[in-house]
Amino acid sequence: MIWNEKIECASRDEMRAVQTERLIETVKRIYHNVPSYRQKMQEAGLVPDDIKSVDDLSKLPFTVKTDLRDNYPFGMFTVPMSEIVRIHASSGTTGKPTVVGYTRKDLNSWSEVVTRSLCMAGVHRDDIVQVAYGYGLFTGGLGLHYGCENLGASVIPISGGNTDKQLQLMQDFGTSVIACTPSYSLFLAEEMEAAGIKKENLKLRVGIFGAEPWTENMRKEIEEKLGLKAIDIYGLSEIIGPGVSCECEHQVGMHINEDHFIPEIIDPETLQPLPAGEIGELVFTTVTKEGIPLIRYRTRDLTRLNYEKCACGRTLVRMEKCKGRSDDMLIIRGVNVFPSQIESVLLEMSETAPHYLLIVEREGNLDTLKLMVEVQEQFFSDEIKQLEALRKKITHKLQSTLGISVDVKLVEPKTIERTAGKAKRVIDNRKL
Amino acid sequence: MIIKQLSVFLENKTGRLNEVTQILGNAGINMSAMSVADTSEFGILRMIVSEPEKALAILKEAEFSVRLTEVICLNSPNEPGALARALNILSGESVFIEYLYAYSMDNKTANIVLKPDNIQKCIEVLQAHKMELVSASKMYKI
Repeated sequence: MIWNEKIECASRDEMRAVQTERLIETVKRIYHNVPSYRQKMQEAGLVPDDIKSVDDLSKLPFTVKTDLRDNYPFGMFTVPMSEIVRIHASSGTTGKPTVVGYTRKDLNSWSEVVTRSLCMAGVHRDDIVQVAYGYGLFTGGLGLHYGCENLGASVIPISGGNTDKQLQLMQDFGTSVIACTPSYSLFLAEEMEAAGIKKENLKLRVGIFGAEPWTENMRKEIEEKLGLKAIDIYGLSEIIGPGVSCECEHQVGMHINEDHFIPEIIDPETLQPLPAGEIGELVFTTVTKEGIPLIRYRTRDLTRLNYEKCACGRTLVRMEKCKGRSDDMLIIRGVNVFPSQIESVLLEMSETAPHYLLIVEREGNLDTLKLMVEVQEQFFSDEIKQLEALRKKITHKLQSTLGISVDVKLVEPKTIERTAGKAKRVIDNRKL
Repeated sequence: MIIKQLSVFLENKTGRLNEVTQILGNAGINMSAMSVADTSEFGILRMIVSEPEKALAILKEAEFSVRLTEVICLNSPNEPGALARALNILSGESVFIEYLYAYSMDNKTANIVLKPDNIQKCIEVLQAHKMELVSASKMYKI
């Protein structure tokens, strides 16, 4: 089923007309409501009237993650707080999170795009959907939740973790759709095997997997082990959350809900737009959001776009699975981690030096993060209990800043390689 | 009475202890006592050497995390119950011992290196009970 056939199957011209109208309105609104945007536009010699169609998009200045931090927490909101009905937050590049706010209309748009995504994935109102994404500040859980309700499916808001219960409900409730990170789905498959639960005895038929990168090989493995169709969903909280784009049952790229989020592909070095089909950094302009509309927001995800009509009948532009990042962000168990966040934690603590190395491994199907920190003379104590206390302190601070657990290892000074250029801070041993 | 003990941070890696002893040996520094405290992740090498300041400088140069820690050394009769007597006195006076290691070179006495939480108080308590403390200069020369 196509949820909103009129827009999802619109001709290119129709789509451009919608995008143009919404873009013009958005630019006007932010120019008048957000001082930092107005200033950026003025610096570029632009007034709202210069934006006459979607072709003028490339004239506008970019927005980056640090803009949100500089205006922390609510400085980028275009409406008074009385209009904001929900706040979410994701990792920032330093200790401060990236905060987004939604008006009632934004929540409705979000439900709409998630519902479209679920329909793309082949989910319908008779389905029982187990939402095993985290509920909370993270957009995954609540985003999927409201989309499912809007569609009319039955939602089990179990949230992340608690694997025994996940498996129990899956069997007892006859869950037909599971939504979680792809790595967690593989973990569930392992636990199923260990508990002697056969996929034939479950009713699973669709999996909505996102929030972290995964490969075609992982897709095959998940589909085989869980006996379902594994669908890739994409989103980021700055743009709205999950539902920015999603695969249809043909699994040939993720359809972007481009009447809400206009995509561009740019060269991350020159920042110039690239022609359709070339790989570059994905940039989004939100044209319906009220709470925190973003102009030309650099996602840092590398991918390419395909404007051909899909076999499913949709004309919504498709993006390929992301091929990497144009920055050093890591995605660990669905949580975004920036090495700079770790650096700022270490710098905040007077005992530690900012020489560190992050090692990412995939053990079984779950990612682990190990941090090696050099023991500097100034904080080297002769007593083991002091060193252990220091290790615990670092572990605790990282846990509360990053939201995931880190295995901290104290190492000797100068064991971490110094390089002349940009320091090598991350070793990612995951084979993705 | 206060002895400067050399403490070195070591990762649990093959050959690291060997490296330290090699560096000190090449510099003509003798070790009179040592112990290694280990955890699953790392270890701390503690030793009494002939020239603590020089050893500190050399190991720093070789980029080890190293420091001097103040300890004392109790000379106790090498006989059953001797250590218990000393420890009894210290615990009776609420002196807390962070760690200790001991060695004996003959049948008569044993040396016990102690790291108390309060070193001055520890010295006073032991001396008040006529316990024999080894002087720093004597320790370095062993």
